[in-house]
Amino acid sequence: MADKATLAAAEPVIRRRFLPTIEVSRLRFAPTLAAICLAVIVAAAILAPLIAPYDPIAMNPMERLAPASWAHPFGTDPYGRDVFSRTLYGAQISLIVGLGAAFVAVLVGLPLGLLAGFFRWIDAILMRIMDGLMAIPSILLAIAIVSLAGSSLWTVLVAITIPEIPRVVRLVRSVVLSAREEPYVEAAIAVGSSLFKIMWRHLTPNTIAPLIVQGTYVCASAILTEAILSFLGAGIGTETPSWGNIMSEGRLYFQLKPGLVFWPGLFLSLCILSINILGDTARDVMDPRLGKGRNG
Amino acid sequence: MLAYIARRILASVPVMIVVALFVFLLLRLTPGDPAAIIAGDMATPAQLDQIRQSLGLNEPLVTQFVTWSGQLLSGDFGRSLISRTPVLTLIGQRLEPTLSLAIVTMIITLVLSIPMGVLAAWRHGSLTDSAVMAVSVLGFSIPVFVTGYIFIQIFAIDLRIFPVQGFKSISEGFWPFFSRIFLPALTLATIYIALIARMTRAAMLDVLGEDYVRTARAKGLSERVVLFRHALRNAAVPILTVVGTGFALMISGVVVTESVFNIPGLGRLTVDAILARDYPVIQALILLTSGIYVVINLLIDISYAFMDPRIRY
Repeated sequence: MADKATLAAAEPVIRRRFLPTIEVSRLRFAPTLAAICLAVIVAAAILAPLIAPYDPIAMNPMERLAPASWAHPFGTDPYGRDVFSRTLYGAQISLIVGLGAAFVAVLVGLPLGLLAGFFRWIDAILMRIMDGLMAIPSILLAIAIVSLAGSSLWTVLVAITIPEIPRVVRLVRSVVLSAREEPYVEAAIAVGSSLFKIMWRHLTPNTIAPLIVQGTYVCASAILTEAILSFLGAGIGTETPSWGNIMSEGRLYFQLKPGLVFWPGLFLSLCILSINILGDTARDVMDPRLGKGRNG
Repeated sequence: MLAYIARRILASVPVMIVVALFVFLLLRLTPGDPAAIIAGDMATPAQLDQIRQSLGLNEPLVTQFVTWSGQLLSGDFGRSLISRTPVLTLIGQRLEPTLSLAIVTMIITLVLSIPMGVLAAWRHGSLTDSAVMAVSVLGFSIPVFVTGYIFIQIFAIDLRIFPVQGFKSISEGFWPFFSRIFLPALTLATIYIALIARMTRAAMLDVLGEDYVRTARAKGLSERVVLFRHALRNAAVPILTVVGTGFALMISGVVVTESVFNIPGLGRLTVDAILARDYPVIQALILLTSGIYVVINLLIDISYAFMDPRIRY
């Protein structure tokens, strides 16, 4: 899966030395194309109620599995619902889950990482917990949470976000560990600045650039996980049109109507690809040391 | 060396304890009665009582955890709620397809990704390099189930080279086995190839700038020997690390791939367990896969010391 977060979770020492860079993003057209692509998907999500030609959940038994036509650009599904309208609405779910997971993971991971980087005893306990959490495959963890707590948008969001938190904590912690040796942090400690001020004014700004990059990866990974959960039948309730749900319902008819799987799949892939490319570009722009140097 | 291995093994014990604690608390801290969650919607009050009794839900949490982990250590993972068979028996029945899939995937991945990464690093900045990196980004971004259906459409439906779905044990002959396992393995390998090709390329780029590579070239060794004997060996540690961390990717990939290709392995077992809300099975699968993940990464950690003589612990 497009889980770059797992890659980022490799041993920190090794990761810093060998972080792979994407050469594709040097071709300037790739980030531009990715931005346009993502903008289109965001616009589709926001404008879905205005531009969708049909109600995404209105069934029409007369038009079951209709082929692509002007009336139904992507055809209709086994219940006669318009796949184009459903795909547009599906963008809403994916973007809510992606942005929500990135936001919550940072909101929870940032303070934990700051504390772990600053206090040795918190570090010892917290990082053992994070190591344990990271040893659980994220899909299985999410599946377990959804199967216990039921499938609503909120459960799915929580289930997807929890496995992402350790990656954010580790990142923030590693930034703090190196930043707290800097003279300005030592000076701040020496003049007796409050703990909150040291963390907020001196340490947090260092974490912003790497967090933006990590946030894009969390976003892409969350969108993918949501689609997988829905595809497996452990996601948001089937009445909600999400890309994973459309594919999950369409797969039984795949040999008859491949479009039921391919159209939402295309949007899903383009969405994740665009976010990943933009994340790589952000990394190259914000931290030139990682982008160039010996690796580039 | 022995002390290092012992220390690494000890260090993975707390990780497993945290995993077990998490799985344990997950059921108990979820809002609602754990017994009702486990028993499902059709349970009678008597059944609920019996489950409470067997889980010891009336005892304090600490006692519950100690009893529960004691059962796990003695190999008692409970019984499936649906079939009433012991969970470990169920898992044993489904092991072969998943193992076959994982092994074939690994072979395809290593055969393709390492040469790709070496080639990209060797021809750094060329069109080949860009092509390898583009394939890698695509492999990362296209979800396994989309890749799977694309392969089915091309190779099974349009070209009719392979059957669409299913699984045959290798004991039924090589071709029946291989023709059914190849597409799913290739599907699952795409992410892994992306990951390892990138890491190979980055690690090789790092190593190719070293003095000993220049010396090897100056001695007049062939480029092949320089690349594979001198450079790749020294680039092996980070590549191996990614093989280990990527194992987590493989697990989620297995669940999806087995669903797409209708393979009766552990992934199907997981999906069936979710749909039936068969919590003991899900719980055992989480514990086992996490355990395998920890052991694989432990083995990789230990292998560093053998592969790179500079590493001394």
